[in-house]
Amino acid sequence: MNLRATLLLAVQALVRNKVRSSLTMLGIVIGVAAVIITVAIGAGARVSVQQSIASLGSNLIVVQPGSVTQGGVRTGFGGASTLTPQDGLAVAQLPGVAAVSPIVSVHSQVVAGGNNWQTQLTGVAPTYTYIKAWSLASGRFLSESDVASIAKVAVLGQTVVSQLFPNGSSPIGKTIIIKGSPFTVIGTMTALGQSGMGQDQDDVVLIPYSSAMERLTGLTTVNLLMISATTAAQVNPVQAEVTALLARRHRIVPPQPYDFQVRNLQAFAQAASSTGAVMELLLAGVAAVSLLVGGIGIMNIMMVSVTERTREIGLRMAVGARARTILNQFLTESIVLSTIGGVIGVVVGLLGTVLVAQLAKWPTLVPAGWVFASVGFSAMVGIFFGYYPAQKAANLSPIEALRFE
Amino acid sequence: MSDVVEVRGLRKVYPMGDDEVVALGGVDLSIAKGEFIAVMGPSGSGKSTFMQIVGMLDRATAGTYLFEGNDVAKFSDDDRADVRSRRLGFVFQSYNLLPRTSALENVELPMVYAGVPPEQRRDIALEKMDIIGIKALADHMPNQMSGGQQQRIAIARSLVNDPALILADEPTGALDTKTSRDVMRLFSDLNAHRNITIMLVTHEPDVAAFAKRIVTFRDGHILSDIPNVERAA
Repeated sequence: MNLRATLLLAVQALVRNKVRSSLTMLGIVIGVAAVIITVAIGAGARVSVQQSIASLGSNLIVVQPGSVTQGGVRTGFGGASTLTPQDGLAVAQLPGVAAVSPIVSVHSQVVAGGNNWQTQLTGVAPTYTYIKAWSLASGRFLSESDVASIAKVAVLGQTVVSQLFPNGSSPIGKTIIIKGSPFTVIGTMTALGQSGMGQDQDDVVLIPYSSAMERLTGLTTVNLLMISATTAAQVNPVQAEVTALLARRHRIVPPQPYDFQVRNLQAFAQAASSTGAVMELLLAGVAAVSLLVGGIGIMNIMMVSVTERTREIGLRMAVGARARTILNQFLTESIVLSTIGGVIGVVVGLLGTVLVAQLAKWPTLVPAGWVFASVGFSAMVGIFFGYYPAQKAANLSPIEALRFE
Repeated sequence: MSDVVEVRGLRKVYPMGDDEVVALGGVDLSIAKGEFIAVMGPSGSGKSTFMQIVGMLDRATAGTYLFEGNDVAKFSDDDRADVRSRRLGFVFQSYNLLPRTSALENVELPMVYAGVPPEQRRDIALEKMDIIGIKALADHMPNQMSGGQQQRIAIARSLVNDPALILADEPTGALDTKTSRDVMRLFSDLNAHRNITIMLVTHEPDVAAFAKRIVTFRDGHILSDIPNVERAA
């Protein structure tokens, strides 16, 4: 018996029992669909965690001014006014640094026409969009010449746009008043939503850091330096180099404490992504159990089928089927069932994934590897759980099988 | 030319606890080509065991069995399966057709295992069904046919590989008197006009009367082996 003939025999037998065949397949269909859907949800969750970490800037290094001691009282980090835009320019020259932006933060009222709004004014460099992985919704972002000319231009976050321009008109080209100075709106940012800490990240007005220093704070120092390393692997070396460079620039001699602090978000990113991986594994584990149950269902039905078809097996043996041929036929039936079930399961799983994404608004992602793995695994389920019943069929004595009532 | 079947001192013993049951206690019998032999006897006489051993569905405990001159004791299980598919035909009391499978496909079944190419199977199956006079039933399912029709399908199935011997185990046991007679007449015709060797197992004298030779078993031994004068002529 060649492979084609065996396959034909198996398919014929399955087609003759359509209801039983489809019910048997159902277990595998549900198992595989469950694997696909849960993995898609798990992977989607992981990717969205990764994206939100990336939006924080996963390669991000933050330099804060250190604390100062005045009359025995130590301020916290950020209390000292020691970081300057020039420090930022020097850091930008270091290898492994992709971009640097000084950050100047001021809380202030902003007025546009008849509307006013308390918001966060942030003085930044043109590199800020790159560092934050934040894109423009309309207009243009701040340019190097805006910084150089201390221009009175502003880019608005979506919350500010809706508060100051509630009628939906485009804010581009409009004038807003910040601490008495008129600024021209040149662009708006896309909505970021809440940060990991629950802050509204869109409640912000971005202006050149030079303008913020000159017109709002009146200081020559900045609140922060945000540094983006070229790759995640560069974060730690860059952090070390930045520390060394700033210590040199600030003429700090050990054991004198540093007047700044350099931090990165990698620990946070790692914790978040490993949590995601554990979640994904957990979901896949649950799904694998349902696939296992599907496999046991196949074994169950195949056992019933062998008993029910005992006389058929006896007859096949009497008219010349070898034991091996009977084994192959039943094994093939089970493999065909589970593989077709697996393929249908993938289709159902993909549809289910789309449905989940649409209805629950959950991010989903179907890794192609899992699709092939689940079809392959269900075929293996067919072999594994089909072997015992097939063996049982092949070992029947033809005489007893023919007498079986 | 050797006989189709030649058995000498054939014994079959079944262990039963500490005891053993002797089903066949040393049987000698030859079946030549073209014979139509009826094996009779009450239940427990060993006639069914004899048929199963001759049909290579079971092995003897002792004695020799030559099939077409070959020693069956030396056959592996696969060899025996191959002989069953190519050289033997079976007809059972309960027809044993595959359910939900057309008559044509049922007739084709032994050829599937004998490795006959699919294109030829159909032609051969239809040819044999034509001989039996049931070609019109080719597309029918077993549950759409009468018992007599199903048994004819089974007879056509036993013919497809041009077997050296057809073994019919109580082929009329489930049929009414008239249908039984029709089926037996069919066996007679196949034997008389196509020289097909047939071994029939039955306990009904009416049915055995169609054979040309009647062997009666009792308690595992042959009680009598006589030509059927009426038909042997």
